[in-house]
Amino acid sequence: MGALLSSQIVQTVVLGAALLGLISGALGAFAVLRGQSLLGDAVSHAALPGIALGFLIAGGRDLGAILTGAAISGGLAALAVMAITARTRLKPDAALGVVLGVSFALGVVLLSHVQGRSGASSAGLSSFLFGQAAATLRSDLWIMGTLAAIALGIITLLWKEAKLVSFDPDYARALGLPVTRVQGMLTVMVALAIVAGLQMVGVVLMVALLIAPAAAARQWARSLAGMVILSMSFAVASGVIGALISASARGLATGPVIVLVATGIVALSMAFAPERGLIWRAIAQRARVRRLSSDRVLGTIHALARDHDNPDYPAELGMLQAEHSSATVPALTSLSARGLVREISHPPETTPHWQLTEKGRARADALNRGEATDD
Amino acid sequence: MNDLHEPQFALHVEDLTVTYGAAPALWDIDIDVPPGVMAAIVGPNGSGKSTLLKTSLGLVRPVAGHVRLFGKPISAMRRRIGYVPQRSSVDWDFPADVLDVVTMGLYGQLGWLRRPGAPERAKAMDALSAVGMQDYARRQISQLSGGQQQRVFIARALVQDADLYFLDEPMAGVDRPTEDIIIALLQGLRDRGKTVIVVHHDLSTVEQYFDWLVMLNTRIVAQGPVTEVYTAENLRQTYGHRAALIRG
Repeated sequence: MGALLSSQIVQTVVLGAALLGLISGALGAFAVLRGQSLLGDAVSHAALPGIALGFLIAGGRDLGAILTGAAISGGLAALAVMAITARTRLKPDAALGVVLGVSFALGVVLLSHVQGRSGASSAGLSSFLFGQAAATLRSDLWIMGTLAAIALGIITLLWKEAKLVSFDPDYARALGLPVTRVQGMLTVMVALAIVAGLQMVGVVLMVALLIAPAAAARQWARSLAGMVILSMSFAVASGVIGALISASARGLATGPVIVLVATGIVALSMAFAPERGLIWRAIAQRARVRRLSSDRVLGTIHALARDHDNPDYPAELGMLQAEHSSATVPALTSLSARGLVREISHPPETTPHWQLTEKGRARADALNRGEATDD
Repeated sequence: MNDLHEPQFALHVEDLTVTYGAAPALWDIDIDVPPGVMAAIVGPNGSGKSTLLKTSLGLVRPVAGHVRLFGKPISAMRRRIGYVPQRSSVDWDFPADVLDVVTMGLYGQLGWLRRPGAPERAKAMDALSAVGMQDYARRQISQLSGGQQQRVFIARALVQDADLYFLDEPMAGVDRPTEDIIIALLQGLRDRGKTVIVVHHDLSTVEQYFDWLVMLNTRIVAQGPVTEVYTAENLRQTYGHRAALIRG
């Protein structure tokens, strides 16, 4: 690992991946909350024709020209989606699908044309499809660092506006906030985040680095600030871990490995996050079912005691099992652990018997009145 | 001078027409609501009730006509107007707690670059107490019931300390106790001289809750004090032949 980190190329890639994580993590959180995940995908696929045109116009692999082209064609695609949704009866998902398909097809056609024409000099151009992290230059880090500083600076300055516009744009407008401008700014910054990642992750996968960390962060976060910070942390961690994995093994493409790490974090978050995670919810559901079956056994003992006019009536295990079958024993175990019933012997019979405790009677009464709480 | 006509009305709507696509949502309507009343806007589905509210708030641009609030255009009156949108209009799975959302009511007054601090949170807590939700301040909004969501939205408007409140179907899908709390609160606002304008869907409670009524079906059918306007003939004109006079 030490040798790995001392390599100039690896340092550059790791640092680049971390900076990219800062940008895409922060803006991804807003994109996810505003329901713009797919818009990000359209923008990133639509960057491809801009990349090819930037190459054609600059007459070579000039990163500045290429990224400018990508930003322009990506931005045009975002505008096209909004215009189609506003002016026609097409639903947003259909508008996104159409724009994504058309612009990506156009991009591939242009790319093959450029490569057919200029041969070897454009060989690196197709690396923008899936990214080529090793091609990141030290000077690129300055561009990404500037982008990150601008993005985080704007979000910090316009924090409360961005928050309200993301949650409730109509209300924000009623309060007099410049909603359209804030929305436009957030959309433009998403496009910039995508452009920043084209070199490293590529047009096809970039949206995953925007969306996956934010989706994972949503599982854990309890506030917008928490979600943005977590999303940035997940994205930076994915970038750094992915870059290191791909550097330590031969022939593993960096961009896809970063995306795999990010989606791994999503899977863990979906499973384990408290309250929202699948496992948490499954456990909570099982606890509810168990509580319910315990309450039913408690109710039976209570009813038997009432029918016999004996609050301490010892209910025989077999009788309870006849009614509640295999749920009986686990329920009794749980009830006695909670101090609601106790096991007693009832000579001359040898089978176990159960009777209510004071506490158990109180809960059974409360249940009958329909006002029992989870104790 | 043009900016200050009809200051005697809390809401003054003149020759207003709004369309989405081909069919007009509102057609050439005139409305005057005096200050200090609790007014209901009623009408069948698609009659333009929400559109009227959104146009009054400047959220929808009219094709023709204009709206004045206390004699001025909405752009000059934002600070004095409170708004409670339909609660289904937002995604309640947003990562925020109740206090966060109520504090948003103050964002318009805070100005650029200023963050809400302790004074804003104190105001928000007061508004939460007014709707009986003070114990839920730190609850995630994704865990609220429908009636609780509605009360949070009302608290968010209360914190604005406005003179005129617009509420879009605040009683939709809330239980009876919540409805009682909301109505008592709105009547309290009216009794303090505020004007409350509510898009309402439950005809059986119109007479009981409101003192002013606007009956709308793309055009204005009738408007005025409830006691004068709430008649079988006006209901028939608003809702068609099937409507019967319902008295609460």
